[in-house]
Amino acid sequence: MSLGKGVRREEEERRGVFTRRAIALGLGQLGLFGFLGTRLWRLQSEEGERYRTLAEENRLSARLIPPPRGQVLDRNGRVVAGNRLNWRALLVAEQTQDVGATLETFSRIVPLQDHEKARIERDVRRRRRFVPVAVREFLTWEEMARIEVNAPDLPGILIDVGTTRLYPEGEHLAHLVGYVAPPAERDMDGDPLLELPGIRVGRAGVEKHHDLALRGRAGAVQLEVNAVGRVIRELDRREGVPGQDVQLSVDAELQKALRGKIEEGTSIVVMDARNGEVLAMASQPSFDPSIFNAGVSAAQWRDWTRNRATPLINKATNGLYAPGSTFKMVVALAGLEARVVTPGDRIFCPGHLDLGDTRFHCWQRRGHGSVDMRTGIKLSCDVYFYEVAKRVGIDRIAAMANRFGLGVDLEIELPGTKRGLVPTRAWRQAQGKAWNLGDTIVHGIGQGFYQLTPLQLATMTARLATGRAVQPHVTRAINGRPVRGTRSEDWPSLGIPERDLRLMREGMWAVVNEPGGTALASRLPGPLGVMAGKTGSVQVRRISREQRERGFKTESLPREWRPHALFVAFAPYENPIYAVSVVVEHGMSGSGAAAPLARDTLVEVFNRFRAPPAPPPTPGQRVAEGPRT
Amino acid sequence: MSGTVFERRLLTRDRGDGLLQKFWRIPWLFVLLLCAVAAVGYVALYSAGGGPDAYAAKHALRFGFGLVLMLSIAMVDIRLIARFAWLGYAVGVGLLVLVLLHGNVGKGAQRWIDIGPLQLQPSELMKIMLVLALAAWFHRASWERVGNLLFLIPPAIMVLVPVALILKQPNLGTGLITAMIGGAVFLVAGVRLWKFAIILGAVGIAAPIAYDHLRDYQKARITTFLDPESDPLGAGYNIIQSKIALGSGGLWGKGFLQGTQGHLNFLPEKQTDFIFTMIAEEFGLVGALSVLGLLTLVVLFCFLVAFRCRHQFGRLLAVGLGTNIFLYVFVNIAMVTGSIPVGGVPLPLISHGGSAMLTTMLGFGLLMSVQVHRDAEFGPARE
Repeated sequence: MSLGKGVRREEEERRGVFTRRAIALGLGQLGLFGFLGTRLWRLQSEEGERYRTLAEENRLSARLIPPPRGQVLDRNGRVVAGNRLNWRALLVAEQTQDVGATLETFSRIVPLQDHEKARIERDVRRRRRFVPVAVREFLTWEEMARIEVNAPDLPGILIDVGTTRLYPEGEHLAHLVGYVAPPAERDMDGDPLLELPGIRVGRAGVEKHHDLALRGRAGAVQLEVNAVGRVIRELDRREGVPGQDVQLSVDAELQKALRGKIEEGTSIVVMDARNGEVLAMASQPSFDPSIFNAGVSAAQWRDWTRNRATPLINKATNGLYAPGSTFKMVVALAGLEARVVTPGDRIFCPGHLDLGDTRFHCWQRRGHGSVDMRTGIKLSCDVYFYEVAKRVGIDRIAAMANRFGLGVDLEIELPGTKRGLVPTRAWRQAQGKAWNLGDTIVHGIGQGFYQLTPLQLATMTARLATGRAVQPHVTRAINGRPVRGTRSEDWPSLGIPERDLRLMREGMWAVVNEPGGTALASRLPGPLGVMAGKTGSVQVRRISREQRERGFKTESLPREWRPHALFVAFAPYENPIYAVSVVVEHGMSGSGAAAPLARDTLVEVFNRFRAPPAPPPTPGQRVAEGPRT
Repeated sequence: MSGTVFERRLLTRDRGDGLLQKFWRIPWLFVLLLCAVAAVGYVALYSAGGGPDAYAAKHALRFGFGLVLMLSIAMVDIRLIARFAWLGYAVGVGLLVLVLLHGNVGKGAQRWIDIGPLQLQPSELMKIMLVLALAAWFHRASWERVGNLLFLIPPAIMVLVPVALILKQPNLGTGLITAMIGGAVFLVAGVRLWKFAIILGAVGIAAPIAYDHLRDYQKARITTFLDPESDPLGAGYNIIQSKIALGSGGLWGKGFLQGTQGHLNFLPEKQTDFIFTMIAEEFGLVGALSVLGLLTLVVLFCFLVAFRCRHQFGRLLAVGLGTNIFLYVFVNIAMVTGSIPVGGVPLPLISHGGSAMLTTMLGFGLLMSVQVHRDAEFGPARE
């Protein structure tokens, strides 16, 4: 130790400075570490809960499992809307080294178009590499076999099965069953299921009405995912509820047979008069509902909407027609209820009724002579009903029509069904026009402002036949559980005296079965049973007096101006089970075009249902004695 | 040049202490502390890699190698180290120049060079070499001498040259850290406080101007630091996910290997920069504070070594090295807790990385040499 004194002092001096400053520095560093400690405390202890939630959100991903859509069955259990397995080839990009090469090999096995390849490559680029991309849908069995055999040469290709909606009856039941399509924005009702790719919702018919039941509830899997969204493992699985099967009251075979009989513009409704079940509802033309499944092309859509025969519209529920003479029973019942006429009252028909300057013609120019109510129906005497209508007034006619389901919402499970129109004084006034007596007279024979659907006419007939306020419906059971009103007693009485109703039925019996009846030619062949009915024909265009006087013939009119032909019927007469309405657009006359079709319809129905299709009718319902002759 | 030339006589006498005596003077408790920290690193890297193979095994191997290096350096006479400090500094600067010319590019910056199997980041080495050189420079300087402005110009240049080279890479974080380490040595060496005030003031004025010259990713770091939620999927993603991981760990953590954020790859670079987050997620606040406590002890020990040392060279070296470790730890943890902008600073002895382990252990070796040779007498300067 030979350091000098000055050196030592110097050393002590700078050591002092060092020590002070190093302590300050060290304390500063300690303080900063303390800051980190408090920072950790705040993050991990005070805000820990919040961050735990965020971490869970990061980690978890719920995926929905789409439930199989319920089937739609006909009344015999035949599937009319089902699910077809859709075998698809998918490509998982990360499982192959060269997407292009795999696709090249694939297209040698199952040919791919260039635009398909472009679409696949675009999808591959857009998605993460572990997300499957559809290569080809709707593979045939043979294609699948070829893919499986060549699997070693097709890295990344896997076969997967999804479902697609299948309509085995095609266009025959399209209007009833409806169709499914990908959900639109307005369909989003909060059900997360609808956000799944490939899901379909009912867009029309029963598919739409029972969409919730058919859809089922989605199951869910809770998955743990990593930062890029790859599934690490399944944490929890909740099975969904499959869609429920909906059984229709419609008989697919009958429907098919009826559609085979009719031409464009014709509709037929067959109901079980006892409980309102619709057995068939045919409308021509129709469409193939499965087209909507894959998406409708612009050309197809143009084709449908420009077609004047309106294939997308169910004429049985949405076609609006004046009822013509098929309405006469309603007028008669209104008259009886109002006590302005009795069944035996005779009205003289000279072939026309004059009201001031206006002459209202009977269809029978020669006149029917003296006519009572039963004969009035049988012969469809216009003058008789002009007179009754004149006495009873339009509002009471309209009220009676509403009781028979005309111009009211029948609440059938077919969305978009028309309500129709039965005019009243108030309705006319709301239009700013006055209702005059001439209008009442015209409306007494079912002409004028009426807008009624074939379904409403069939309902009217069923109510005439049974006296009960049956409502038409197409659903028989959901998941095996019967729905409303399968028994006759489920429906309330119309409150119309049985005596009056029986008179109407007798009149309708006479129409078909008595010489002079307007549809005598259309009575049922012997052993099947007895049909009662009523013809009707409605002018599409007003016929002027001059035309009439020049010896006008409706046959000379162009087709779209010819009158519509209508017929309503029920059978068997003694014990009504079936109610039928037939509308043949531009069919000229009810007796000529519609009645024979109704007869053929009932022949078909009796052949199909040798045993009655539904529970036996209530005893009180029967018409005990035969018709008076 | 004072502090660079030694009395040959004293040097030879001190060698007489013998290797065995020196060996016993190694602070074994501190070595144990380092082993504990490295063990934490092993556990964390085991979790980050989902097993030992990915990172943890290598980490242990490197630490073992680092221990040997550290203990070897601990035996080297501190005066010899002081004499070759200049050489080390020159090599450090040389490597920095080399990395600018031939370095590998990472994230738009030239930062490392390959030396055989080793990827060396010269900036890490430079920090230690700078401390060495500055300690050597100030070793003999008296209080009066340090007050002389002219005397301070060479060490200022010694700091600015490597800082400039590192900023040129560009690596803003390491550049600033290097400057701070230099500043710490200046401070304890006795540079007058008003000079620091002037420097800090000047930096305060220059910073906004400098901001304009930053690279876009550096600007992004600063802006996303100020408001990480502004860009949750971009530059702010790392900070947000790291905070989520930390926070969700709670008091006791999710358990070893149970950290969802880390294992599901929400955490970026979990084996390097964000290893502390991994620990905090799996072992909670308790685990995080324990690790912070261990690292605090490491820094504290550096200061203790400094206080016990009887020569200025050792003191300055120890404080410089301690500050280096402190800055690693502070910047890393502050970064993962979202307290300062993100910068690629590893956690010493815990993060995965060979180069960082090597330089860290080199630093500890020097520190131990100070401790072992705390009583070494440097001869009087040749005036």
